[in-house]
Amino acid sequence: MANRSELTRAKLRSAWLFLAPMLVVLALVAGWPLIRTIWLGFTDANLSDLSKAEFVGFDNYLANYDGEWAGLLVEPLWWRAVYNTIWFAVVSVVLETILGTIVALVLNADFKGRALVRAAVLVPWAIPTIVSAKMWGWMLHDQFGVINDLLMRLHVISSPVAWTANADTAMWAVVMVDVWKTTPFMALLILAALQMLPSDCYEAAKVDGVHPVKVFFRVTLPLIRPALMVAVIFRALDALRIFDLIYVLTSNSRDTISMSGYARQQLVDFQEVGIGSAAATLLFVIIAIITAVALTAGKVRLSEEAR
Amino acid sequence: MFRRLLLAATATIAMTGLAHAAEIGISCGAVGQELALCKEGAEAWAKKTGNSVKIISTPNDTNERLALYQQLLSAGAGDIDVFQVDVIWPGILGNHFIDLAPYSKGAEKAHFPAIIDNNTIDGKLLAMPWFTDAGVLYYRKDLLEKYGLQPPATWQELTEAATKIQDGERKAGNDKFFGFVFQGRAYEGLTCDALEWIDSFGGGAIVDGAGKITINNPKAVEALTLAASWIGKITPDGVLNYGEEEARGVFQSGNAAFMRNWPYAWSLANNADSPIKDKVGVSALPKGGADGKNTGTLGGWQLAVSKYSKNQDAAADLVMYLTSKEEQKRRAIAGSYNPTIAALYEDPDVLKAVPFFGSLKATFTSAVARPSKITGDKYNKVSNAFWNAVHTVLSGKAQADASLASLDGELKRIKRNKW
Repeated sequence: MANRSELTRAKLRSAWLFLAPMLVVLALVAGWPLIRTIWLGFTDANLSDLSKAEFVGFDNYLANYDGEWAGLLVEPLWWRAVYNTIWFAVVSVVLETILGTIVALVLNADFKGRALVRAAVLVPWAIPTIVSAKMWGWMLHDQFGVINDLLMRLHVISSPVAWTANADTAMWAVVMVDVWKTTPFMALLILAALQMLPSDCYEAAKVDGVHPVKVFFRVTLPLIRPALMVAVIFRALDALRIFDLIYVLTSNSRDTISMSGYARQQLVDFQEVGIGSAAATLLFVIIAIITAVALTAGKVRLSEEAR
Repeated sequence: MFRRLLLAATATIAMTGLAHAAEIGISCGAVGQELALCKEGAEAWAKKTGNSVKIISTPNDTNERLALYQQLLSAGAGDIDVFQVDVIWPGILGNHFIDLAPYSKGAEKAHFPAIIDNNTIDGKLLAMPWFTDAGVLYYRKDLLEKYGLQPPATWQELTEAATKIQDGERKAGNDKFFGFVFQGRAYEGLTCDALEWIDSFGGGAIVDGAGKITINNPKAVEALTLAASWIGKITPDGVLNYGEEEARGVFQSGNAAFMRNWPYAWSLANNADSPIKDKVGVSALPKGGADGKNTGTLGGWQLAVSKYSKNQDAAADLVMYLTSKEEQKRRAIAGSYNPTIAALYEDPDVLKAVPFFGSLKATFTSAVARPSKITGDKYNKVSNAFWNAVHTVLSGKAQADASLASLDGELKRIKRNKW
């Protein structure tokens, strides 16, 4: 018995030894900036002279000045940014999941040149966001853009639409470019799940003459649900951090500002490192809550599935 | 006595500093021909002094450029020695620049006093004026003639003329033709444009000289209501996402009758390869109604030397060279950049290249300033709130009176006790 625990202890020691460098690096590159941001959120730090920062407690979040409430929690623009971001995340992830599943089902079928198509589909995902955003910006341009030209030639629209300038269409333009860019990523994850499905269920269904749509909803979907959940959570977290696409593509007015955009505006444009850090901290908290909720909800369903 | 000693000391250091060659990094904008002109000027200086220069190009959008500068300067980075700064920035970035007075040897006296005053904070000359700017109205001479019209004296006349020309040109087959383009993107440029509309109606300058918030007034409502009526009618919807160069793109390709822009667009519109060469006229921006006034927002760029520069003397020497009379004259002729030296507005060579500098001198010297001096480092917040309020009105999401009333409350919150 004693020997065995001695061995376990040795194993534990070496495990920690191997883990240590990684933990140190992680603490330096992820932990320190995070803690510093949270700390700065409790100060009145200003970009012009960071050394003069003083502790102000929760004033950046909520404070009462002469009977008037101020701070992020009562700031309409912040809540507008929260709304914009969550709206974007929900709409884009739903569309990407549906389209990604369809693309994956197509790619899962056996046809000539399948490998080539699989590689080609990934191209939008491989282009850096900033490049694709600029490219789409030109394609969507109201005067010189090819999309308006095309739609006018097809007589879908009678005059050019200012996709990225108009408050009603700007967010949809962002969603469209994001869907274009990340659907391949979703498709790839779902495809991986599809390829691991056992073929016997399908053969049985075929013999029984079950309609393919019914097979998809009764067999395929439940079986790939775990992989699908992972993909959705992954994409949702990414979508909640959206910054570059909106910043490059739209006019950056209040109609389209995201949480990250708001934090950047405070930090850089207004030099308010304190309030900007508080906003970044809130963004972190919101993402953490959504992740926790999504994971719990996902797990509940998964365990039901297992039963 | 002490001052003289100090001057002598800096002069000696300056001379020894220049004795061995230094590499000076200078940031230049790239709107229109800015970058090419900046490069030529800096290289001429390098040749003369035996130093070398490194041109660092920065974003066209002023807000993005400021963001980049703030990151570099707050980190104390010495990569850029000479910064090209906007007329509204000395209050925001002043902390990071050296006092240029020991190097200028009184050269600043030849420049417009208002700009020198703007660049002087706590008695320190933080930047030298390089070129000044005010919004002007560009129009197509040939089209006005074709439709029997005069250059518009008021915004209402402009609206009518633009409608008439647009209808005519579209009937003639150009379905991409618009009456009027300006800068409508939610950024600093929109603050400039909107301030011009409001000031021309007599609606003031957002915050007055004493620090009182004056934006919520009927004249400003009238001005913004008229501007909102242009969108989608005589102005493309896309103007809500246009900066300077996007507006110039539409005008210069021959698809607009009127354009609001800065003087730099003149020499580009008259370039050999421009489709509208010799067809362009320039006037002061229209008045807001018969009892309004002609106005333009004061813009312009300065050169400043970073505190973190390792070659401050050579950098200051470059600034003095680039802001000198000869260099400003060259830039005025080659790129229609407005000099900040009053004497150049009577120079025959300059007036031959850019005729409107003479006739619009009053516009350039009496341009309306954005309230950056009074609001200090809160200016960016004021401007951001203002352009967002205007953008909301232009995009039809709110009425001008409601938007300005909520802007008034917002500005009061930003101000709180004092600017």
